[in-house]
Formats: sequence, structure tokens, C-alpha cells
Amino acid sequence: MIGITAPLIGIFLVLRRLSMIGDTLSHAAIAGVALGFVIGDFPIIFGLLFSLLASFAIEKLRKSYKSYAELSLAIIMSGSIALASIFFTLGRDLSMDANSFLFGFIYTLTATDLWAMFAVTVAVLIIVGRHLHGLFLITFDEEAASVSGLPVSYYNVMISVLTALVISISIKIVGGLLVSALLTIPAACSLLLARSFKQSIITVVIVGELAVIAGLLIAGVWNLAAGGTIVLVLIAMLLLILLGRNIVSRVA
Amino acid sequence: MSIGTADCHRDVISVESVSFSYQQKNVLSNVSFNVKERDFIGLIGTNGAGKTTMLRMIVGLLKPTSGEIRIFGEPISQFKEWNRIGYVPQKNALNPLFPATVKEVVLSGLVGKRKWFGAHSREDYNKCDDALMAMGVEDLADKRIGQLSGGQQQRVFLARALINNPSLLILDEPTVGIDHETQESFFHMIKHMHQHHNMTFLMVSHDMEMIKGYLGEQPASTAGKLNFYIRHSHETQDCVEQNLAHSLKHLRAQMASAKEGK
Repeated sequence: MIGITAPLIGIFLVLRRLSMIGDTLSHAAIAGVALGFVIGDFPIIFGLLFSLLASFAIEKLRKSYKSYAELSLAIIMSGSIALASIFFTLGRDLSMDANSFLFGFIYTLTATDLWAMFAVTVAVLIIVGRHLHGLFLITFDEEAASVSGLPVSYYNVMISVLTALVISISIKIVGGLLVSALLTIPAACSLLLARSFKQSIITVVIVGELAVIAGLLIAGVWNLAAGGTIVLVLIAMLLLILLGRNIVSRVA
Repeated sequence: MSIGTADCHRDVISVESVSFSYQQKNVLSNVSFNVKERDFIGLIGTNGAGKTTMLRMIVGLLKPTSGEIRIFGEPISQFKEWNRIGYVPQKNALNPLFPATVKEVVLSGLVGKRKWFGAHSREDYNKCDDALMAMGVEDLADKRIGQLSGGQQQRVFLARALINNPSLLILDEPTVGIDHETQESFFHMIKHMHQHHNMTFLMVSHDMEMIKGYLGEQPASTAGKLNFYIRHSHETQDCVEQNLAHSLKHLRAQMASAKEGK
């Protein structure tokens, strides 16, 4: 399920040159999950809360530093890591394992987690589907979107919230440090392959889903870390596409 | 019952003592002007005179520091019918890798009207084809936007602005970075649209040759460093015709009701 939703949101982020936003929000989510463990409950909820807060903070900062959007990301990212490190130290007595947040802890998935993933997937599909044309325009040309009467700031918030949602459900599988790969690498593949926006949407979903399934299978068979394997499969796919394109362009 | 006159002098844009300052620097101070229906206004000024700022305020991307702007008679903050306005921004650095076809870009002009996901309707595609055809770029429909030349891209953006059949077209230096020959044909197209369609134009341009050639040697008015060149489009004649048509219709209605009364 995250094989579909993460790349689907990721393509909009990448095309708006906000690839790093995923990275930042996932760090915020790590801090949230850590806090959840310190308090002793609802790590996913806290992760979601933190990445939501972070996404609003980013939008605010983005307005103050208009032409330096990435500055706001750097600030929030380091802030989140600082928070996470403090929570980790607080939680050391509770035998908290920092590794599991950073690299995923798929073997501790519960039924509740699966339901949360299912709900988020459905929500993302409906919202993106419903606003596909608006999202396209805002991604392609934010000013034109605003002139044609689209509520641009509402859309920006929507994208941030969806990103936060997707990250907080993905974190258990691929881990906080690797979520952004799931957002960005499928988009990178589609930029190489797709001619139209429609094609690029289809490409990201296929690439993302394939990588997650293949990654989980490989990880299961050889007993490897799930998150890391998925990301490596993604990178392998990207390299294959690059290679294939070079060969095609040399032949043609 | 009085025979009303058809209203053919409507204000499309009215700018009333608008000022704009950016970081304590006055970009525009106390600018007023009106654009009437079917006018062609050329807005000329040196760099930094505030031409683009003016346009961006008119399309609502910037808020004036003081003063008021009305579009089709409505204050801009309450204006809702954005599909009546076609806006072609200054050529922006388009990412050549952006995955979107010409068709998708042109169709995105319809977005304000869309509420629900779904494939575009047959009608949408027809509108898109018409707009592309009008710009003479119909054979590029399935190309990726990044593969096109600057002139072709500009035509595509104009097609996107035209897909809603707007009554006001706002162009911000539409021919910057395009070779002379392409510029000529672009202006030719715009003039043609002005003469044959019921459209009002507001264009910022550097091309004095074109502006003076079409809009007259002298600016009709100035405001600060902004010069406005205006061409009214057969306005008086139109008004006479419209009034005549209006009176005739009225007369016919009266005669019809008189007949029924018998």
C-alpha cells in the first residue's frame, strides 16, 4: 500500500522542487515516534502529529523566505533531529532502540498499523484523484493556478498534510531515514520515462509498488533489513532505466 | 417604458489611485486608468517602472498597498469569474524535463471549472483542439512541453489562456526571448484576434515597433513611468450597431404585444 501512496505524493513534491520536504517531515516523524515511546503509547499518532506540525511550520517559513524554500527545510530538519536525540536519551531506560526508528521495524507491525495504512491509502487515493487537475496545474505553474482562481494555499497545505500522513504510516516499514527514497526515487524514474503527466503518475505507482513487493520478498528470503532492501531495489531500478535509456539513445 | 441603450462602454478593468510599495520603496504611486471593453492597451515603461507589478495586481497575485482595482465592475477581492480572464505570464524558465504534454498544459486552463476527478469530457478535448488550431500548433499536441522552442511554448501558453474563451486577455511581454520572425507572426495573430473576436487586451511589451504600429505613435495617457497606448476597436461603430439592434428588438416586442392585445 505504501508502494502506491508514497510515490504518488512524491511525484508532486519532486516536480515542485520540494524533494527534501519528505526527508524533513520524516525526521520530524522520527521525533514524534520517539516521544510516543517515551510516553509509552501511540507512536504512530505522535509521528503523524509531529510531521503535521512540521509541515505547517515549513509552509510558514516558506512564506518568510520565499526564494529560499530549502532554508525552511534545513531549519525544521535539524530541529527535529535535535528533539529526537533528546527523546532517545530520555527513553534509554525503556530499552528503546533508536535503530528501529531510523531503519524500520517491520516485524513489529500490528493489526492497528495495517488498518491505519489502509485508511491512509484510501484517503490519499480519493483526495489525489479528486484534485488531480488542480494538483497538476499548481505543480506546473503556481501563478497560473492562482490566476485561474484555485485556492493555492489550501492546496499547499493539502499536499503537506498528505505527505505527513504517508510518511507516518511508511515509517514502520522503511524507517525514518529511508522514507524519502520511497517518495523521490520513483519520481526520478518517471522523469526519465514519461512523456505526459498521466504516464508519469502511472510510472511512479508501478515502480513504487514493484520495488516494495520485490524488496520485501528479497528481504524475507535472505533475512535482510526490509527498508534498506526496498530502497536498494529502487536504486537498482533507476540505474537500469538510466542504462536502458543510454542504450536506446545510442542505437537510435 | 423607455428604450434602454445597449451598454457597450463597460469598464473591464478600472484602476483607481493605486499605489504599490515593496520594502519601503515606491514602485507605483497613485496610478489610475480604465480599460473599456474591446480596447487594446499596450503598457510600456522602462525596466523597473512597475509594468509587471501592475499586471500582477490586476490578476490578483499582488495586493496594492493602497487604492482599488475593479475587474468587470467588481472589487478584485470579491471577483470570482477568473475563467473570463486569460493570463499569459512572462516566459518562465520551464523545466525541460517536466512530464506534461502540450495537450495537458492547454487543458489545465480549464481547471477552475473542474470540481470532480474524471477524464476530460469530449467537449474539453474539442476546446483544446480549437485553441491549439487557432495558435497553429495542433501538430504539437502530444509533444512534451519541454521539447518545444520558446516561440512554440508561448503559443501553447496563449492557447491555454484562450481555452476558456476569455473576454479579457492579459499578456506580460509575450515575445521576450523569441526571434524576430516568430514575434511578427505572434503579433499578427494577436491583432487578428483583437479585430475579429470580442476580446479586450492588456499587453506589456518592449516592442515599440509593434505597439506604435498598431496603437499609435503617442501614448494616450501616462502615469509615473508607465505609458499607456490605446486602440479602441471599432467601438463607436459597434455601439451604434448594438443600440440599433437593441431598439429594433424592443420595437418588435412592442409590435408583437400590440398584436396580441387586439
